[in-house]
Amino acid sequence: MTGTELLIWIRGPALQIATVIFLLGVVVRIFEILVLGRKPDLAEPRGSAAAGGLRTIVTRMFADRGTLQRSTFTVVAGYIFHIGIFITLFFFAPHILLFHETLGVNWPSLPTQVIDATAVVTIIALLAVLVYRLANRVIRYLSRFQDYLVWLVTFLPILTGYLAFHRIGLAPQHLIATHIASVELLMVVFPFTKLMHAFTLFIARYYNGAIAGYKGVNS
Amino acid sequence: MSKDQTIGEALRARGISRRGFMKFCAATASMMALPPSMVPMIAEALEKARRPSVIWLSFQECTGCTESLTRSHSPTVEGLIFDTISLDYHHTLQAASGAAAEAAREAAMQENEGNYILVVDGSIPTKNPGYSTIAGISNVDMLQETAAGAAAIVAVGTCAAFGGIPHASPNPTGAVSVSELVTDKPIINVSGCPPIPVVITGVLAQYLTFGVIPDLDELGRPRAFYGQSIHDRCYRRPFYDKGLFAETFDDEGAKKGWCLYKLGCKGPTTYNACATTKWNEGTSFPIESGHPCLGCSEPDFWDGGGFYKAISTPTEDITRTAVYAIGAGAAAGVALGAYNRSKKHRMEKQHQKVGIDDLEKGD
Repeated sequence: MTGTELLIWIRGPALQIATVIFLLGVVVRIFEILVLGRKPDLAEPRGSAAAGGLRTIVTRMFADRGTLQRSTFTVVAGYIFHIGIFITLFFFAPHILLFHETLGVNWPSLPTQVIDATAVVTIIALLAVLVYRLANRVIRYLSRFQDYLVWLVTFLPILTGYLAFHRIGLAPQHLIATHIASVELLMVVFPFTKLMHAFTLFIARYYNGAIAGYKGVNS
Repeated sequence: MSKDQTIGEALRARGISRRGFMKFCAATASMMALPPSMVPMIAEALEKARRPSVIWLSFQECTGCTESLTRSHSPTVEGLIFDTISLDYHHTLQAASGAAAEAAREAAMQENEGNYILVVDGSIPTKNPGYSTIAGISNVDMLQETAAGAAAIVAVGTCAAFGGIPHASPNPTGAVSVSELVTDKPIINVSGCPPIPVVITGVLAQYLTFGVIPDLDELGRPRAFYGQSIHDRCYRRPFYDKGLFAETFDDEGAKKGWCLYKLGCKGPTTYNACATTKWNEGTSFPIESGHPCLGCSEPDFWDGGGFYKAISTPTEDITRTAVYAIGAGAAAGVALGAYNRSKKHRMEKQHQKVGIDDLEKGD
């Protein structure tokens, strides 16, 4: 198989398979959670459940002072790699082109130097959280196979993207194919692992906020 | 022209000055990224070199490679250098035809057994030998017969190097490259559709100078010319880095000469010397004329997912797949949710309440 053939397969059939698994899996899991519903609260409402739920979705984006002081490293490194992934994924011109082609929406890109620097920072942050996980005895004890798998499938797209951009190691078609394949791996693993938090966090925060909001208190 | 004439003698006979010859040697050295100290060595080697016999075989091709070599460069020194090679067989360029032409080929093969250079353009059909024949000889037979006594083979053009357009899906003739049929000879792939003329002459000049085939990449192409991507050497690269793209062929970006990535440019995955040596005596190259690179020097460029489709986009209709997947997912999710709920209710119904009396029953 030549590089072009490989790239065509990765951009075509492989992407179809990954898209089906990703979307089918994610949507099934979200609907399952939503259909399960909540037990009816028979108490007299003392506030708006919906308002509390929506507010909590926003407020939980920021760590409270206690959490920040107790787990400064986790919070800071976590923020860095999440924001880094967001920037490299949504503001690199070739990526935007993919969204434009598939979803029909377009927005301006950032200069490649900015994307490049962000990717380096993200790679460092992801390596740091892995080292921290391994070095901290409590977190290492709590870590299971899935935690390392999830780290790997998140790390690979950034690393292969960086290598593809700088053309390090392989022929360019192979590098781009490897990069897209690593994203497809992430998509396939996504619905069945903790990566689902990217969607379920909104449901969880809403329910938490709604319970508090119904009782008329802040969550 | 006598066959025993050296290249130096042949050039002088054609009115090329020493200065012009040295300029060609210097240009060749810089093109191949050799130090300036190598220029006298190239000059000396070319000066003394006996005109090597070259047999040029054309198979499933469009003659574009020959056009590229002869027409666009005929008045230059490069063209004359090629003239001074003893081109013993080239059925487009030679005067002889039919049996006389084949006789010339056979004579050259016998006279220079083990020493001649075989140049091939065009791919070779393997499904049916009758798809392409020359003087009643199938391409496969002629290639194998001629390759047997060759010192080295230069596969000129993407068809000879990788199968090219005849090899494109569905490949009706079963077209293959030279390297798929000949495995026991050094093969230099000079790919491109067509290849840059100075790349063809440069490769031949290097072979004549050093007597060895040049340093090749993993696809058998000389690194001196195919060592860097179009994208990395493109004068429009700063626009790519800044995120300034032409969205259509006639928008403001296109007029300002911005990057053609979004219009399907294959520069990032294409290795060739277009951006540096350029075409038509250094005039320009496709991107400079406002058209994205097609990636013609890469294998399977014809089946690369569309000339006007950017490399980072899917080659199939992912949007429709996504809509179906979401629809199916929603339906399956609701069905599973309903099943879970009914199971929960069933369990609740089956639940037996245990009271204090029940506990005392068993004594």
